Formats: sequence, structure tokens, C-alpha cells
Amino acid sequence: MINYWPLIGVGIITIGLALRLNTLLVILTAGVVTGLIADIAIMDILSTLGASFTKNRYMSLFILVLPMIGVLERYGLRQRAETLISTIKGASAGRVIFLYALLRTITVGLGLNLGGHPSMIRPLVAPMAEAAAEKGRTPLSKKETMQIRALSAASDNFGNFFGQLIFIGAGGLLLIKGVLSDNGFELELGDMYVWAIPTGIASLIVFFFTAKIGDLRLKNPEQPQADKE
Amino acid sequence: MLEYIYQATGLLLIAFAVQSFSDTGNEKRIGTGLFWLIYGLSFCLGEFIPDWITGIMVLALTIIASAGFMGIGTYNGTGDDFANKQAKTFGNRLFLPALIVPIGTILWNTLTGTSALIGLGVSSVVALIAAMWLTKCSPKQSSQEGRRLLDTIGWAAILSQFLAALGYLFNQAGIGETVSHIVQLIIPDGSLLIYVMAYTCGMALFTIIMGNAFAAFAVITTGIGLPLLIIGQNGNPAIVGVIGMLSGYCGTLMTPMAANFNIVPAALLELENKNHVIIVQFFPGLVMLAINTSLMYFLAF
Repeated sequence: MINYWPLIGVGIITIGLALRLNTLLVILTAGVVTGLIADIAIMDILSTLGASFTKNRYMSLFILVLPMIGVLERYGLRQRAETLISTIKGASAGRVIFLYALLRTITVGLGLNLGGHPSMIRPLVAPMAEAAAEKGRTPLSKKETMQIRALSAASDNFGNFFGQLIFIGAGGLLLIKGVLSDNGFELELGDMYVWAIPTGIASLIVFFFTAKIGDLRLKNPEQPQADKE
Repeated sequence: MLEYIYQATGLLLIAFAVQSFSDTGNEKRIGTGLFWLIYGLSFCLGEFIPDWITGIMVLALTIIASAGFMGIGTYNGTGDDFANKQAKTFGNRLFLPALIVPIGTILWNTLTGTSALIGLGVSSVVALIAAMWLTKCSPKQSSQEGRRLLDTIGWAAILSQFLAALGYLFNQAGIGETVSHIVQLIIPDGSLLIYVMAYTCGMALFTIIMGNAFAAFAVITTGIGLPLLIIGQNGNPAIVGVIGMLSGYCGTLMTPMAANFNIVPAALLELENKNHVIIVQFFPGLVMLAINTSLMYFLAF
């Protein structure tokens, strides 16, 4: 007979997060309830919590990097990145969007979180892609504009997610290391980040074709004459 | 050596706390300051005090965060005009201090053979000194700038440490056995490929439900990845872990639960359909999940 009780923690997390309760509170509740069900005394749960928290301090070493990034931002790091991105030369919307995803993957892989939807996509990438798409043709239909913008938003996520773990100090790698070492498998960051590279390369190829398909759709607008918005 | 780096991080957090307390521009300065103070103390003292006291500190952090006692302050900022002017002066040299961190960490790891974590800490400090030297920014203002970034992250800064503790408690409670029993009920004589798919697709699915790949990782790795792949099939833990997390990110592309990445941008870009970003990402996300599954299958065993 399978003991289903340990799954209650998973249920608490799923319901708690779906109800948009504070993530820390949900996780703590799930942890404590799971511990109680496993017959661990409340003091032992507190001790386990504290011990694990102390042991995994390295997960939060990214805090040490923040003052350096903050200083560079004060002196124009973001503005410089904007200047660089605005020099992207793309013959088509798809090309602009792909080149941005490429830059985003490389920079985030170096530990530089320079992108983001509010700071790069809305003010720069989406307008640049729209402008590239409109070059030498009738104005974009509403539907086409929406499609280009959505693809621009996707480019930031693609670059950000699949480039992230290539950085040797990435928070994601530190979490993987922590979870596995709690279960008796000691890992070194130096042996981990390289395994994120194949996925990173594959993601760029996949996104290249995604952007290309976006371009092809633009070149065959359905009934351009009838489409007067 | 690593302990010194934790002490340094703790002291930095305490400096943030002091600046938070005296930040009259922040209506929630007491809560914000307390949060960073307690967190900083857990870094400095964690090794030396009984674990249950740290446990109580963790409880206090949770209460401050979930009661909404934290807020954004003021950081003696100079505005965009100043940054624009400085960006022209410094040009691409602004990127150099930032590059010290990844390069320094990898060099430290290969040259000294000691933990890359120490390299990360040392490189961060060297990079900060380089940035201050380049821009002539004062140490006090550097701390303000760090605090500005940490306040925007807020309580999420301690999420990873939280999830690790959760994973540990889950493991103690035997969740791994339960999940692997269930998986074995569903796929009794699974081949290796089926097991790999159970893990990668499980990561994606749980991330879709929870909206957070980190949370899914703690659950699915203790439940499926460890018992079935790493222990059961002798999989390489580094490869299984890294590609497992990346499979979770495929789920992030497909879920409205990850609002910051998918829903907020749709609003920001004034899209008519708030799920438009997810629709665009769905198919490429599935392709990436298939690629991650094959990569794990071929590389980890």
C-alpha cells in the first residue's frame, strides 16, 4: 500500500500558489505540515529549517554582486546597452527579434541581466521590429502588430531562460547544487554550467526558426486589400 | 575561506539594513530594515548559534514578508539624464567590471582547484572595486546602489534557500518514495527513455502548475529525478539536475502562472489577448522540451 500522506505538501504548494498567497508563507506551511506528518517534532522542524538555511547560504551569494551592478547602472550601464541594441541592423522583424535573443542569451550567460520587458522590449525591441516589418510595404494590420510584439516579448524570455544557467554563479545552478547535496550528491559549479550550453545553442536555433516563420507570415498577409483597419 | 565570504555577505546585508532604517523616503523602512538585518545576522551567526534559533529567524522573515511590511525606498539617485551623460563618457568600459565575475570565477576554479563559490565571492569583491575605481563612486553610495537592486528583488531574494529547506523536509517525509511508487504504478517496466520523459515532462508540468521552476525542481527532483534517474539508473547528477531545471523553464514559457514573464509583458505591450505571449511561446517551448529530453537521455547515462 502506498503512503499518500507525504504528497500533502505538494497539494499545499499547488493550491497556495494558485490562490496567489505569499510564496514564502506557502512554502513554509507546506514544509511544516509535511514535517509534522512525517512525525518530526516541531522543534526538530525548526532546527532542520535553520540548519538547511545556514547550510545553503551560498545560494544567495548573488547579493555580493549587486553593489557592482548597481554602481555600473548609476553610471549608465543600461543606457549603454540600449545604445548597443538600437544599433542592431535587421532587414526584417524576425531578424531584429532573433538578434536580440542572441544578445540576451550571451549577456545573461555571462551573468549580466541587462534585458527585461519594461527596460528593453517595450521601449526598444518591439518598436524596432515593427519599424523593420513596415519598411517598403503597407502599414501593418493590428493583428500583425500584435504578433510582432508578442514575438518580441518571447525573445526576452527565450534568451533569459536558456542562457541563464550558462553563468557559473547562476541562482538556478546554486539551487540544483543545494537540492542534490541535501540528498548526498556533492556537485561542483565548474562541472555544472557546461551542461547548460547544448540547450542554450539549441534554443537559439529553435528561436531562429520561430522568428523566421514570423517573417514568412508577414510576407503573405491574408488578403491585404480587404484588410483596412 | 567560504565562511569569510558568508560573513562579508552578512555585513553587506547589515549595511543595507542600517541604510534602510534611516531611509525616510520609505514608508515601510522599519519592516524592510528588519528583514535585511535578520537575514544578515543569519549569514553572520548561522554557523555559531543553535539551528533552532536560525529556524525562528526564518519564521520572522516569513512573517515580515507575507504581512507586506517591505517596500521600496529612496537611494540618492541621480536620474536618467545623468546616466545618459555618463554612458557616453564611459562607453563600453562599463561592461568590463561586470565581466570580471564570470571570468574570475571560472579562472579561480581552474587555477586553485578550490570551490567556485569562493571564486564567485572573491570575483564579486574585485569587480566592485573595479567598478568604484572606474566611476569614482563612493563606498557608501555603492552600498545604496546594491540596496536599490536588492529592494526590487525583495523577499524573493531568500526563495532559493527556502526551497532547499523544503526539499530537505520533503525528503525526510519520504515524498520521493511515494512519487516513485506512483510513477512505477503508471509505468511498471519503464525503459530509460520513459523515465527520462517522466522527469523532464514532470518538471515542465509542475512548473506550469506552480508557475515557478525552482519550486517544481525541489519537488520533482526529490520525487522522480533522484530515485528514478540518479540512483536507479546511475545518471550523472550534474547533467540530470541542469537539464531538469532547463526542462522546467520550458514549462515557464507555457504558463500564465509565471505572470512576470508572460502576462505582465502582454499588458506592457498593449496586446489585446493577454495570453498572446504564451500562445507564441507554446510550440517552441514544446520543441525545447523534446530537445532537453533527448539531451538528457544521450548525455547523462
